[in-house]
Amino acid sequence: MVRVVLPHHLRNLAQLGQEVELSVSGTVSVASVLDALESGYPVLKGTIREHETHKRRPFLRFFAAGEDISLDPATQPLPESIANGSEPLLVVGAIAGG
Amino acid sequence: MSRVRVLVGTKKGAFVCTADGQRKDWNIEGPFFGGWEIYHVKGSTVDPNRIYASQSSGWFGQIIQRSDDGGKTWSPPGSSEEDLKSTDGFPKGESNKFVYEGVAGTHLWYDGTPHPWEFKRVWHLEPSLSDPDTVFAGVEDAAMFKSQDGGKTWSELSGLRLHTTGKDWQPGAGGMCLHTILIDPKAPDRMWVAISAAGCFRTDDGGVTWKPTNKGLVSNFMPNPEAEVGHCVHRIALHPSRPDTLFMQKHWDVMRSDDAGDSWREVSGNLPTDFGFPIDVHAHEPETVYVVPIKSDSEHYVPEGKMRVYRSRTGGNEWEALTNGLPQQDCYSNVLRDAMAVDTLDDCGVYFGTTGGQVYVSPDGGDHWSPIGEHFPSVLSVEVQTLK
Repeated sequence: MVRVVLPHHLRNLAQLGQEVELSVSGTVSVASVLDALESGYPVLKGTIREHETHKRRPFLRFFAAGEDISLDPATQPLPESIANGSEPLLVVGAIAGG
Repeated sequence: MSRVRVLVGTKKGAFVCTADGQRKDWNIEGPFFGGWEIYHVKGSTVDPNRIYASQSSGWFGQIIQRSDDGGKTWSPPGSSEEDLKSTDGFPKGESNKFVYEGVAGTHLWYDGTPHPWEFKRVWHLEPSLSDPDTVFAGVEDAAMFKSQDGGKTWSELSGLRLHTTGKDWQPGAGGMCLHTILIDPKAPDRMWVAISAAGCFRTDDGGVTWKPTNKGLVSNFMPNPEAEVGHCVHRIALHPSRPDTLFMQKHWDVMRSDDAGDSWREVSGNLPTDFGFPIDVHAHEPETVYVVPIKSDSEHYVPEGKMRVYRSRTGGNEWEALTNGLPQQDCYSNVLRDAMAVDTLDDCGVYFGTTGGQVYVSPDGGDHWSPIGEHFPSVLSVEVQTLK
């Protein structure tokens, strides 16, 4: 199972706990993880990436295995530690506002 | 006994305030959707328990919320378990899918260069006057969407955005937003919208085709102050019994039309300043109008530190300050365009919310005011439902 940590507001929106565990088929990438996430929790569609283009929303970033992978291709395989669930994929909101 | 339910949208959540017909003692529930910007909350007049809310954030985009029990509980339309388990192709997770029809094209950016049309948020939700499942959405970048399934799915009424002038529309300081939708209660296919900073538009065929209705508006910031489009209309309002008469608060100038928007004339009269955002009409007196003047386009707060609602009982030109119960010193709030409403009780109640977080009510048409709450987050919108 792939583990994902979402920002506070998205956890509330989808009524999730601290982490969500997802069964991801095929190559584990940001795209396939988000496909699985949105399939299980359709209310999250459009909140992390745009509906049609699947473009990442600009104030969100993805972290995997200590690296900011936001600018990597969404279909690029994620590190093994993410794929085997030993650590989570982090969806992080930018610190902004006041 | 009649009751009222006040729906407050703020920068950090929504609140539902209820009182009996005296409108003196208030029960406040919320925040709902805490931490999110709630641009607008509005109930259906057909089914008052059906309420729609626009929830958005710069991080996570747009969410539509719906309540079917008068604001007690909420959920994004189409996200109930039975909806999601359906196998008949029922749309899933599309209540926040606002996609422009066809190739979106460009409008003008602040610097006059072409800029792609990009959906940002829903500013205004206007439920149909006849069907609780039908609701219109005014969005940024300016366009109008319609849902006929209670907000589960949305389709654009693209005739507006694709109007021949659309490519020339430019955003105002708050973005290029379609912020006002008025439906003619006598002829529901006739609607008006207002866009900052394109102007006012009318459809007579349910939103298929639109025409600019800005004749008589003068905006000195434009190269041609009397151009067909480009006016920063802040708000328009009508009285249900006389839909041919419209009132407008423009960037500067308070305006009036008596021919359904075909032509406008200024009725700013003796206002201390004719810059402001909201405008509304008394529920039982079609010539009684309310505005809240603020100092200027670069100083978005009330003049002289005094919160004053101005009322005209003559359809404009002659205005009186309403101050009883409102702060008259050291007040530097503003009232945004969607943050004023009137109820329909025999003694018409008037409501407004401020950027300083106060929501006020006058149960007697503006003569006396008192706070419903004084410590809300900055108020973006106020609507009221009159419940029998």
